[in-house]
Amino acid sequence: MNEVTIFRTTAWSPGPGCHGGCGLELYVKDGRLVKVEGDDEHPYNRGRLCPRALALTQYVYHPDRFLYPMKRVGERGEGKFERISWDQALDMVEERFSKIKDTYGAEAVIFAQGTGRDIGGPISFLCYSFGSPNWVQLGLAGHSCYTPRLAAMMFTHGDYAVLDAGQFVPEGMDDPEYEPPEVIVVWAQNPAAGCQDGFYGHWVSDCMKKGSKLVVIDPRWTWFSSRAEKFLQLRPGTDAALALGMLNVIISEGLYDKDFVDTWCLGFEELAARAAEYPLERVSQITWVPAEDIAEAARLYAKAKPAAIQWGVPIDMGPSGTTIAQAIAHLWSITGNLDVPGGQVIARAAFDVTTYPFSTQELHSLYGEEFVKRMNEKRIGAAEFKLLKNFRGWGQPDRAVEQMLSGDPYPIKACWIQTTNMLGGQAADTKMHYQALLNMDFNVVVDCFPNPTTMAVADLILPAASIAEKESLRSWWSPLQVMMSAVTVGECRSDWEINLELAKRFNPELRKRFDTVKDLIDDRLKPSGYTFDELKDGHWKFPEKDTPTRPYRRYEKGLLRPDKKPGFRTPSGKIELYSTSFEEFDMDPLPFFTEPPESEVRTPQLAEKYPLVMVTGRRSPVYFHSEHRQIPWLRECDPDPTVEIHPQTAQELGISEGEWVVIHNERGRIKRKARVTPIVHPRVVSVPHGWWLPETQGTEPNLYGIWDINCNILVNIGPGDDSGYGGGPYKTALVAVKKLSQGEE
Amino acid sequence: MAKKGLLIHYEYCTGCMACVVACKQEHDYPAGRWGIMVNDCTRETEGRVQVDFLPFPTDLCDLCARRTHQGKRPACVKHCMAECMFYGELHDLAKKMETMPRSVLFVPK
Repeated sequence: MNEVTIFRTTAWSPGPGCHGGCGLELYVKDGRLVKVEGDDEHPYNRGRLCPRALALTQYVYHPDRFLYPMKRVGERGEGKFERISWDQALDMVEERFSKIKDTYGAEAVIFAQGTGRDIGGPISFLCYSFGSPNWVQLGLAGHSCYTPRLAAMMFTHGDYAVLDAGQFVPEGMDDPEYEPPEVIVVWAQNPAAGCQDGFYGHWVSDCMKKGSKLVVIDPRWTWFSSRAEKFLQLRPGTDAALALGMLNVIISEGLYDKDFVDTWCLGFEELAARAAEYPLERVSQITWVPAEDIAEAARLYAKAKPAAIQWGVPIDMGPSGTTIAQAIAHLWSITGNLDVPGGQVIARAAFDVTTYPFSTQELHSLYGEEFVKRMNEKRIGAAEFKLLKNFRGWGQPDRAVEQMLSGDPYPIKACWIQTTNMLGGQAADTKMHYQALLNMDFNVVVDCFPNPTTMAVADLILPAASIAEKESLRSWWSPLQVMMSAVTVGECRSDWEINLELAKRFNPELRKRFDTVKDLIDDRLKPSGYTFDELKDGHWKFPEKDTPTRPYRRYEKGLLRPDKKPGFRTPSGKIELYSTSFEEFDMDPLPFFTEPPESEVRTPQLAEKYPLVMVTGRRSPVYFHSEHRQIPWLRECDPDPTVEIHPQTAQELGISEGEWVVIHNERGRIKRKARVTPIVHPRVVSVPHGWWLPETQGTEPNLYGIWDINCNILVNIGPGDDSGYGGGPYKTALVAVKKLSQGEE
Repeated sequence: MAKKGLLIHYEYCTGCMACVVACKQEHDYPAGRWGIMVNDCTRETEGRVQVDFLPFPTDLCDLCARRTHQGKRPACVKHCMAECMFYGELHDLAKKMETMPRSVLFVPK
């Protein structure tokens, strides 16, 4: 009695919600979670912990949480739901989805997810078991989150790469093999405000303590900008021009690694010719950054050995995001920083265990190449975008929402919505997505809390378990680890549990393979030789030295290619600076700059009317996208939906600190509280995303205030660009800001 | 007994709020009650913008007496994501401070 039991587990699930893999200690007393601490032994966070994980008790036991399945009994938007059993709920999904499949084909059901957590694994598993090719990040314009960067890296050097902060070796930064980067370029990110893409943000400040110098590229001053040797405050969306300008300096001044380029790269001459089209005078004019600053930043990066780049999602959201990422990948390629200690280290899932899946190769190994190819025939956007068809398994989100409304080329009738509050979060053109979801015959939402999406469109709600209540696995990237359940809350079930049970109903073959979620996890763990029970309770594992999923210099050792020859996993075995794959996909094989869809250059008349560039999406350390607004300890740290506006601009517009203002363009208007601050460029306003107000009316027409404050009302859906990935204009919409008129609400 | 305190190397404070929430959890403070706050000291200076944060332990700070009694570090110190807070005896901290430009010492009531 009254004993405290400590469960050691790993984040990356509802609770903190993020992309991180921190070690947690869950303190449980009398079956109740009473406290959360960071695990001192864990290599990822070494005992530290973010505010979202530290507020886990308020999340787990929040009075608003969904505790059991509920079906809608009133009209959509009335908020009238009735408790039902899990059996009833799953029967309902099986029956409705099967009927749609029989009438229209399995592709008529979309499986929509947001970001974060371990959702990619369970949702793709359910989607494919049902037989639909349409696993979609619905609402995410241009699918502009990491996939454009992943595509650029995969087709340039056959693998993904990340800043090496010692995360792949057991002793971390103290490992004898490791050395910190001499220079870190922080490109379009504030790493301190989150755990982006499997990267613990404060590894950058850890490196700084070990002597790493910074170059920061951002339209906005951050803690990192203030500590940088060089800060380049660029015009939003012009990152490709900047990267090409830097490549030009590095190539023309002979600062690249000639031996490495001669031995391992193809297409250098072509790249040099392309970079030469970007003289610094031109680049400076495009980017607003002084030419000398660009040159100095390029020299700082190129002369440092090793050097690394930590990049953020605005790369994906820039025009033709895939090509921006390609240009940046060329920076680390021609300077010989790939897969060296303290450089850009190749990142593979530990032991080749698949959780998410992040690559085409992983999809093939899980589901078979033939099956994936068959899925691609009807995958939304695959006919139009060759790269998209040949990379990963995503449906194209902009084409998906159009198709939900048009039924062309085939009807979409239902939506499975899991871990995404898209109407309060990622959906560009919120109204369009709202209409599209209302156009569905049947919407299921799996989530933890009521939110604008559950309220507006859900016909059935399934309650998801938090990190404290679930079993799962993580191999993003290293070490390999599992999550274990410490408590139960209501009738909540994990995403894996829900999806496995449903998947078995659609594909009875699975019954023979997986009785429980643990069986499925053990199956996925097979390449590692470990089981769930061996890894649980804090027994994470790093791959051994000189194996394909651990650095360094694997290209020299024949550890990267399936044929085991030295080189990279590309068609030529070399780093393809001139991408033969892009050429095959009808794309420019070399990086280029193109103007954002709206800008002072492309649409000067619009820019006269709406003179400010709105960058959305700056991170808050206490929120993960649209989550956590109802968690008291977190909300009080960042209480209001704000707009950051430069003092000079505020003065011109007669706006004072703390005043509610209107932000508008041709798509609509929203209200925000002015935060007058010099951290933004005078011609840019920064508008945090993911805002809804859980303390206000949830039912129609208010929907927790989204029509008043959600910035994505002002953002178009994506153009799709030439690859299908990238270019969601979340950082480049043109707006005007004005005071609220007297009597205006 | 030698007097204890907190050394805050604010040069490295990124404003991540881990100390704030760690403290609330440890002491079971409701929203609205703060054992430590983080001040945003961002300002324009010498033609550039300096983004700085300064943690401020309030009158409620007891240096996590219950924890330190068990040999643990205060909740804020343990969870600080930038690892810029240190707990110890004042004279040791003052010594440490010499190598940590832009830092402050805090001593509770």
